Amino acid sequence: MATAKQGPVRVHDHHGHDAHHDHKPGFVARWLFSTNHKDIGTLYLIFSVIAALIGVGLSMIMRLELQQPGLQFFADGQTWNSFVSAHGLIMVFFVVMPALIGGFGNWFVPIMIGAPDMAFPRMNNISFWLLVPAFLMLGASLFVGLGPGAGWTIYTPLSDGQYHPGPSMDLALFSLHLAGASSILGAANFITTIFNMRAPGMTLHKMPLFVWSMLVTAFLLLLAVPVLAGAITMLITDRNFGTAFFRPEGGGDPVLFQHLFWFFGHPEVYIMILPAFGIISHVVSTFSRKPVFGYLGMAYAMVAIGVVGFVVWAHHMFTSGIDVDTRAYFMAATMVIAVPTGIKIFSWVATMWGGSLSLKTPMLFAIGFIFLFTVGGVTGVKLANAGLSPVLHNTYYVVAHFHYVLSLGAVFGIFCGFYYWIGKMTGRQYPEFWGKVHFWMLFIGANVIFFPQHFLGAQGMPRRYPDYPDAFWGWNLVSSLGAYVAGASMLVFLYVVWRTFSAGEKVAENPWGEGATTLEWQVSSPPPFHTFEELPRVR
Amino acid sequence: MSGGYVGETTSTVGSPIPWGTGLQAGIGPVHDEIADFNSLVLWIIVAITIFVLALLAYVVWRFRENANPTPSRTSHNTILEIAWTVLPVLILLVIAIPSFRLIYYQDRAREADMTINVQGRQWYWNYTYPDHDGLTFDSRPIPDDDLQPGQPRNLAVDEPLVIPVGATVRVLTTGQDVIHSFFVPSLGVQKYTIPGRTLETWFRPDREGVFYGQCNQICGTNHWFMPIAVRVVPQAEFTAWVEETKKKYAQTDGAAPEVRMAGAAR
Repeated sequence: MATAKQGPVRVHDHHGHDAHHDHKPGFVARWLFSTNHKDIGTLYLIFSVIAALIGVGLSMIMRLELQQPGLQFFADGQTWNSFVSAHGLIMVFFVVMPALIGGFGNWFVPIMIGAPDMAFPRMNNISFWLLVPAFLMLGASLFVGLGPGAGWTIYTPLSDGQYHPGPSMDLALFSLHLAGASSILGAANFITTIFNMRAPGMTLHKMPLFVWSMLVTAFLLLLAVPVLAGAITMLITDRNFGTAFFRPEGGGDPVLFQHLFWFFGHPEVYIMILPAFGIISHVVSTFSRKPVFGYLGMAYAMVAIGVVGFVVWAHHMFTSGIDVDTRAYFMAATMVIAVPTGIKIFSWVATMWGGSLSLKTPMLFAIGFIFLFTVGGVTGVKLANAGLSPVLHNTYYVVAHFHYVLSLGAVFGIFCGFYYWIGKMTGRQYPEFWGKVHFWMLFIGANVIFFPQHFLGAQGMPRRYPDYPDAFWGWNLVSSLGAYVAGASMLVFLYVVWRTFSAGEKVAENPWGEGATTLEWQVSSPPPFHTFEELPRVR
Repeated sequence: MSGGYVGETTSTVGSPIPWGTGLQAGIGPVHDEIADFNSLVLWIIVAITIFVLALLAYVVWRFRENANPTPSRTSHNTILEIAWTVLPVLILLVIAIPSFRLIYYQDRAREADMTINVQGRQWYWNYTYPDHDGLTFDSRPIPDDDLQPGQPRNLAVDEPLVIPVGATVRVLTTGQDVIHSFFVPSLGVQKYTIPGRTLETWFRPDREGVFYGQCNQICGTNHWFMPIAVRVVPQAEFTAWVEETKKKYAQTDGAAPEVRMAGAAR
């Protein structure tokens, strides 16, 4: 954050005493036709929690099946494949993105830049409401026909009509279309808001890092998601209208689909993690009572990750037959990403260095994030080496890697933001003890799930298997036990939410003290329905 | 840790072992190069992880609220920032140089002794030996009920791919229906089998044995039940096997494959 540079921030505080400024509409108008960034953010967060219960529930059933060799709970591999696909799609499109971008982004980007709302409030509303039918369609796809059993990567020809006949795959594809449209509209909204609606004095180089992270994320969405939309449109016409974009028998190419998918898919993983980077910076700075170390380096490291993230997509395709020189390029480009990522990790540590650390729940999640993201990052460096693809590609090593950066990275970022801001959003503080219980259960549980999966992957266990050779039993059992602990931590989280709303202590403007310097800590908790009646001045 | 493992003391080569933590023990120059490089990278990343963990632990302990009530205001240190940009670049160079050498080495066989065509099909493998009069046959998994003693569940097949020891084998993969992946980790081999494309890779088994693999790209309901077995035998035995198998599969192609829904019956 630019707090060291920007000095004291003053907000002309006009809320509270003028009651008519804070008129809230009735329930239907407020929550169904909402145009208020905070209410839409709240809707996104509620949506994300509901989707998470389903997405996590699917993974619990999968871990139950994998607890021992043989097929116990699944009738056949197709049902399993549908579960795998649905888990991935739900966690990516309906849990992580809505929470980080739609939820925290909507809530705090306008407040942090001193804007009264998002640039396009009605577009904001439709961004959210497109997600609901998208989610319902994905859910429906599990219950009709074969289910969408082609993995979240929906590679053709498996996802084509010949191998997935019937409406389930089409439902999943149209679900992706709607979710994608939602994201594109949201991205346009964020970019416009951040470029045009900053309060006087809030220059780009004074912008809090969370806003920077959302700006980069929005650009990634705007450039990447349309490519996915094009790819799945071609897939839909291949399936239903007799085209042959990806069908070799008609002159098409299945590998083209992989290129298009990953041109979207790789930036997508940064879309999921960059907002978490932003949140972690705020939390580390707040609870160290120190300004962020190397603010400009942090901001431009995110820009660099975003830019380079667009030119590394084929590292997902090292065994798809791309030329060896091409592999060499994509390998080198991928490893380059480790540099800005390293800058972020070390800058967070340097922010803590010399600070006065208060280990409240958000800080625990932030420190947990830094370590776990490091683990996921270094295994990423290993996987970047095309030379290791013959033994590691598509194995559980990959599953372990991306769950360390997503399940432990992005999700820890979400919880970090939740505990940091829940007092601000609701006006009531979370119970500290239960927050810490939640952290430790999730931290231990998730590590027990995913660390042994490195071993399974190195030993050659392929992903997307409901049954496996008996030699893989041991670590799978351990992994499943970890899953139950992490699953139970979700119940603790729900208890924390309930306790916060039913018995949480009332929160003043700034419960975190001098370390919390961004604008949201200078308005009341919860902020008034219209945050800034008059634009704040940032000096 | 590559090639090494904990738990079992027997020298199981060619298949996963209970509680194994490193790469499968394997054979051949491609696998060995991969294992060596894997070890190099593994120790580098373990060191980095421990370094970051130690930094975090130190910072949390040294700068906790009670120990350091007044925070500093430091937010810049140019030398430090240059250092943690340049050092990772140097580490990446250490990794990149052998890594480039490895991918060019493993890309394709310079002088192959024989060629194998591999075709992934839902849900079995089809192997063709173009250098041996186009000998071709299907390789199907053995259902649990039919397993003989010593045959590993979900890995054993009825007709393994047979290779003479010491031969440099060029593998050409192609697909017929959906994409599968021909994956034998102990030989250091993996390529997708993609309809409409032919991909090339190679291996050279320098020891006899049976080497197991599995389909490694989601391909439908029996994705988990289309294992691969490669049997490496002495040259004489290979020659005999070729003659015998030619007779067994007298009609080399065109015949409808006998479809046994091995996995579906489970």
